[in-house]
Amino acid sequence: MYQYDKYDQTMIDQRVAQFRDQTRRFLAGELTEEQFRPLRLMNGLYIQIHAPMLRVAVPYGMMSSRQVRKIAEVARRYDKGFVHFTTRQNFQMNWPKLEDVPDILAELASVQMHAIQSSGNCIRNTTSDQLAGVNANEIEDPRPWAEIIRQWSTFHPEFAYLPRKFKIAVVGSHEDRAATKLHDIGLHLVKNHEGDVGFEVLVGGGLGRTPIIGEQIRPFLEKQDLLSYLEAILRVYNRLGRRDNKYKARIKITVREHGINHIRELVEAEWVHIRDQLKLDKKEVERVKQYFTEPAYELDAADSDSSYADLLAQDKEFALWVKQNTADHKVSGYRAVYVSLKKPGQAPGDITSEQLEVVADLADEFSFGEVRSTHTQNLVYTDVKQADLYALWLRLNAENLATPNINTLTDIICCPGLDYCGLANATSIPLSKGIAQRFDDLDYLHDLGDIKIKFSGCMNGCAHQSVGHIGILGVDKKGEEWYQFTLGGSSEADASLGERLGRAIPKDEVVDTVAHLLDAYIDLRYEDESFLATVRRIGVDPFKERVYAADH
Amino acid sequence: MQQIIKDREIVEDNWQHLDDEAALVAGNITVSITRWQEQHETLSHHEGGLGIRLSGDDPLEEIVPDLGRFQLVVLLFPAFTDGRCYSYARLLRDRYNFKGEIRAQGDVLYDQLFYMSQCGINSFELANPNRLTQALAAFDDFSESYQATVLRPEPLFRRR
Ligand code: HEM
Ligand code: SF4
Repeated sequence: MYQYDKYDQTMIDQRVAQFRDQTRRFLAGELTEEQFRPLRLMNGLYIQIHAPMLRVAVPYGMMSSRQVRKIAEVARRYDKGFVHFTTRQNFQMNWPKLEDVPDILAELASVQMHAIQSSGNCIRNTTSDQLAGVNANEIEDPRPWAEIIRQWSTFHPEFAYLPRKFKIAVVGSHEDRAATKLHDIGLHLVKNHEGDVGFEVLVGGGLGRTPIIGEQIRPFLEKQDLLSYLEAILRVYNRLGRRDNKYKARIKITVREHGINHIRELVEAEWVHIRDQLKLDKKEVERVKQYFTEPAYELDAADSDSSYADLLAQDKEFALWVKQNTADHKVSGYRAVYVSLKKPGQAPGDITSEQLEVVADLADEFSFGEVRSTHTQNLVYTDVKQADLYALWLRLNAENLATPNINTLTDIICCPGLDYCGLANATSIPLSKGIAQRFDDLDYLHDLGDIKIKFSGCMNGCAHQSVGHIGILGVDKKGEEWYQFTLGGSSEADASLGERLGRAIPKDEVVDTVAHLLDAYIDLRYEDESFLATVRRIGVDPFKERVYAADH
Repeated sequence: MQQIIKDREIVEDNWQHLDDEAALVAGNITVSITRWQEQHETLSHHEGGLGIRLSGDDPLEEIVPDLGRFQLVVLLFPAFTDGRCYSYARLLRDRYNFKGEIRAQGDVLYDQLFYMSQCGINSFELANPNRLTQALAAFDDFSESYQATVLRPEPLFRRR
């Protein structure tokens, strides 16, 4: 993975010093809360119900074992011994003290981590496919490009005070594991007719209260023009984006109000002026790419191992875990292994310091010392030899990190909701736990197959409920917590927004409603038809009848 | 006369910002874009220095042909969160080759000086004029930038 050189390190060290001084001035009363706010936000610091919340960037999800150990240490020393992984591959600490934050940032800087631009109206952490580099269907590894974008976007002097936050995601294959169509800018590495690889550029996607799927602004961008094109989009947005109403300030609204064609004209007109100045040279691309070379795979890993097939046959639990929690790898004899942070009864995405330390040890032992976070709030080891799977499984299982539920109903994406978040209308974590506990029968879960539940505590939609196969949204009705369901959303290559099921549902019926939806699905599906495909085929009405009929 | 920061030094300001209704005075003056457009002729004969004030709402491109008349462009930051004029500053320097003074006025805080200066703004009327000395340190918050900026036209990737 990428390693800082003296330039990168100097800049983050200077950032820590700068923030230390800002915090000091705030605590001394020299900065008002209003003046301090954007400064702390640009360092990932929110003020929430219980305490400040610190969001730390994990660029495109990659972490070394050394970094993971540091996260464990910081969480133990400055927080309550756990962290929360988010839907943008970052992690959050929910209980740090404001006066400790400069020290936390200094600790993180010592392992090349930071919280820069992890909130605020600036360019946020660039995200990517958690299987980048190991996926057999990849056109090109997106990570060097994500790193190049990270550097360009970090401390960009012109774009620190945008109308609203700005998120970029980049993927290297047609499978979209990074929700690129729901980002302010989505980048797809594609091959054109001549066989050259470049970027398809989408703009104006987003979730929140007005979910919109991004539109194509350019079908093919040569790779060396990446930064100039991004800069052109950002400059047009910085000038044109609305600043009068924060709900209309995202670029998705700018695109909708002006039309994609007009935005394209403006961007392309801007781009011609800056294209040469920012053209990426081979030297830089090679410099970054050298950090993303393949690890030393054993090329006979498949042939040299005879135990795996036997273990699969003998141990049903192991076989189930392999089927559900591991993914194909481009090198035969290797697999990618998901670490489930969705054990029923636990808050989705939470992990303790002790677990993090085991995760780090196992990374060293089994996956070249690296682990990645996913946008579904799990972790993944990307390079595990099949002969090591059994040993790894036993160790993960001992730490409650091997629940075989990746991509199943209980792999719920959930925001903090009323438990931590000052904006929440309704509880989300306890109900997610309730759903996970009700449907914990593994045979049932695997029979249901791929179902994505996404659960947000308010319209801001941090858990992407509008693109959940089943989306659940907390709403406030005269001080009571109610829940609006949507069906049929997707954040992948076939992205779509969910359709409303009907009127909102009271809190004590949420888990039952999920049960009715599942019963309806089982009755109505064709053999092997997924939940999403079934909803798309028959629409929401049959589900609606089932859910609301149960009322009478 | 108020003090401002110009080219990283604390100096006396020798400009007067005239309202649209205010009578013309001798010496260095700035006017709004509206007044410039309406009183183009008269203002062209002004004997002292002439400057124009722009906010992010004003159409920058319309005054580009006139830029040669101005020694000063004042960019207005009605709130420090309004980042439009960062782009204006860059365009004035990079694209329209403006060599005169570019000044930030309004809600201009210490913590924005580094970015503003990278974008080509070289003088600052701080919202809080009592901490100018302290504010001078902000220009050195960072010793490097990844980007191509007005102060460092070559991006870091060409220099490393
Ligand atoms: C408890 C503290 C949190 C607060 C106060 C908060 C606040 C917000 C707000 C106000 C928005 C809407 C922004 C907009 O539409 O412009 C938003 C969006 C979002 N939040 Fe949070 N959030 C919190 C926690 C989280 C967590 C824990 C996650 C991840 C699990 C998360 C992920 C997101 C994402 C992915 C969006 C994206 C919407 C988009 O891109 O359009 N947030 N958040
Ligand atoms: S969706 Fe709403 S309740 Fe949930 S974390 Fe985001 S802002 Fe808070």
